[in-house]
Amino acid sequence: MKPITRWAIRVGIVGVFLSACSVSFAMPRTLEEANRHKILLITEGSEPQTLDPQISQGQIEHHIITALMVGLVENDEYDQAKQGPGLADHWDHNEDYSAWTFHIRDTAKWSNGDAVTAQDFVDSYKRMLTASLGAVYADALFIMKGALDYYEGKLADFSEVGVHAENPQTLKIELVGPTPYFLTAILHPAWYPVHIPTILKFGRIDERDTKWTLPGNYVGTGPFILKTWRQNDVIEVVRNPLYWDAATVKLNGINFYSIENSDTAERAFEAGQLHKTLDVPLDRIPYYRREHPERIRIDPYLADYFYRLNTQRKPLDNPKVRLALNLAVNREEIVTNISRAKQPPETGIVPPGMDGYEPLDVIHYDPERARQLLAEAGYPNGKGFPKFNILINTHEAHRVIAEAIQQMWKQELNIDVGIENQEWKVYLQSQNSMNYDMIRGGWIGDFMDPLTFLTIWTTGNGNNDTHWSNPTYDQLIDQAAHTGDLRKRFDILHDAERLFLNEPAVVCIYWYTRVYLLDPSVKNWYPLAIDDHNYKYIDLESDSTSVSK
Amino acid sequence: MIKIIVARLLQLIPVLLILLTVTFFLSKEAPGGPFSQERQASPEVIQKLNAYYGLDKPLWEQYAGYLQKVIRLDFGPSYSYPTESVNEVILRAFPISLQIGALALGIALVIGITAGTIAAVNKNTVLDYLPMSLAMAGICFPTFVMGPILALVFGLRLNLAPVSGWYGLEYTPLPPMVLPAVTLGLFYSAYVARLTRGGMLDVLNQDFIRTAKAKGVPGHQIIFKHAMRGGLLPVVSFLGPALAGLITGSFVVEKVFNVPGLGQEFIKSVFNRDYPLIFGTVVFYGALIVFFNLVSDVVQLALDPRTRR
Repeated sequence: MKPITRWAIRVGIVGVFLSACSVSFAMPRTLEEANRHKILLITEGSEPQTLDPQISQGQIEHHIITALMVGLVENDEYDQAKQGPGLADHWDHNEDYSAWTFHIRDTAKWSNGDAVTAQDFVDSYKRMLTASLGAVYADALFIMKGALDYYEGKLADFSEVGVHAENPQTLKIELVGPTPYFLTAILHPAWYPVHIPTILKFGRIDERDTKWTLPGNYVGTGPFILKTWRQNDVIEVVRNPLYWDAATVKLNGINFYSIENSDTAERAFEAGQLHKTLDVPLDRIPYYRREHPERIRIDPYLADYFYRLNTQRKPLDNPKVRLALNLAVNREEIVTNISRAKQPPETGIVPPGMDGYEPLDVIHYDPERARQLLAEAGYPNGKGFPKFNILINTHEAHRVIAEAIQQMWKQELNIDVGIENQEWKVYLQSQNSMNYDMIRGGWIGDFMDPLTFLTIWTTGNGNNDTHWSNPTYDQLIDQAAHTGDLRKRFDILHDAERLFLNEPAVVCIYWYTRVYLLDPSVKNWYPLAIDDHNYKYIDLESDSTSVSK
Repeated sequence: MIKIIVARLLQLIPVLLILLTVTFFLSKEAPGGPFSQERQASPEVIQKLNAYYGLDKPLWEQYAGYLQKVIRLDFGPSYSYPTESVNEVILRAFPISLQIGALALGIALVIGITAGTIAAVNKNTVLDYLPMSLAMAGICFPTFVMGPILALVFGLRLNLAPVSGWYGLEYTPLPPMVLPAVTLGLFYSAYVARLTRGGMLDVLNQDFIRTAKAKGVPGHQIIFKHAMRGGLLPVVSFLGPALAGLITGSFVVEKVFNVPGLGQEFIKSVFNRDYPLIFGTVVFYGALIVFFNLVSDVVQLALDPRTRR
């Protein structure tokens, strides 16, 4: 090659590179465009399986559905323990909170223009309680009188279930017992009405996979309507002019991207393609906390991180051993050095943040007492202690925590514990079939009441998965469910929780926090305990210092 | 040649049948089911769901019923996408993977053949060592390292292309397919370069090339007209299965750039125990591999007269 040709090529390459750079800097960034048009760009992680509120079962789906549907009441802007009016403009209840009347507002409309009536709720709850639909959250409605019997086929006539439309504007709901937390329970999508004529247009009432949930077909009651749904990529929703409170809605639309990989989501955030991520890669948390505290948010979250114990296997069948294992875990060290997202150490089973319910402070790091308990259980200095395994689902964060706990038990109690990891569905199978010694677990609250964390440990509960059973505990939970006096009710629940923690069927680790990246241009995104944001309050400010600048 | 093609196409049927049967029974053997979740549904709900999708029937009955459907090219509904059938999932995701794969293939061939040929012609000089070292580095650099590097440089620093997603990102100069395709193309180009060099060296040492040189045929003509025809044979036989892999999507690349292609569906269907989608994607992938192997055989026949005997 002649020198002149070589030079020409070099100059060409540099030229192309420089022009590429200049072109790119002249281009408007996605985020700035989105701010200008008031379109919120967020990711909820994976792809939702459905947008049918009665079939959905995960957080991902619920967070998208709440943009498209609302119920009788709505989430408050700042406080998850409070509820604002929704399709009902006011309501009343009897003295012991077991009978409720909701008055549906005149302006409540479906997105196709139909008026929302009390009968819509009755018909929707009937669908939800139709067993052949296979609704996972059908049990949420079992607090209604007769609901369980209807679901199980013991009651044929739905009019005997405790939900009635007295007139198009008045909905009466009778409950099995006093339910002071009822308003927070009905914030859950399981209680939203669905547009039955639309569902019937696309299939049978109990048909699961019809196309009524697709854009163009979807009829909702929420602040937004479904515009596009490109599977595994993006769901776009736009403002619903028929929403009862349309004047409050500030955004013109929301794009929900499905980005499963948190590294990819972080890159998309940095590139100005997202306003908010679902989480932050574990190793990037310290960087953001140090360098960009304005972009990272760490909010309290109503959720537990623990290990379930198989209380039928030796040596975990001994309550003293279970308590000793709990006391030998240095939670402070785990949250400071491993998870690093300000998680509060889990000292009880009900996380802080429940209105009026003080979290218990029972489980502490106390290696001295742990050793003593272990000796009392017949294993002085860990002598003769059978080896068992911690089973985790394959995930880096779970592995490092398990390794730390393994180390702590070796050091404090002189016992050997193995770690085994399994792929997600295999792990779930092991948990369901009780084929484990100790298994990583978690629990996210469905509503703002301690019961959402305490009922799962009752005998025979489908999510107990520990074989732990205590008749006194069951009795206390049942008693609480029949107590209308708020103070008394919380006292009973405290007793139940304390009882559980004295012979714990779990190893408490920490209460979750939500860690995510949020662009400063997003306004009114307040920390909420269940992370259910009412999108009508969210706003975007185009002239703030966003990441893209 | 037609006889060979027909015979190979007929072989497709037993191959796919065996593939489907093995996949069917293996995936049903795997622990866990499509409806297990962290917040467990009650046993009654699971039972209802199994009945709804016919998963409560004996295995052989499920298999027989399934085969009947597959013969009519109906792979049934997907459990992870309740509003879509498996056919719809494939029809939606495949064109995306196809676009990326086709561009990646172009990149792999252009870079690979050029580098391999330069190396072969300039054997044991800098122009041989340099491209071949780069090719070695390319093979050692997996896509999950190359992908994020390209995303950081061309997406984050230069803002030339989106770092994630497929639709609706019209604010970058380059379309979303470029970075995934380059990541994938660079990886394959390394293999193509090494195979080209080997094949070309083999041919360049043969008598007919020496004859051509002796007769005064210009260098470029020797390479392009005489040597390449035989020198590219290893590349062609490599391309058969590689092409099927390229156009049905790469799980890693699609994950890194969050591309909604078929590669992701293939792997995720296994994680989700979405049986119909597993079978659908396996059969589709299998059929493509058989087909592209056939194409590569036909191309080899056309390029190399010796194989025709």
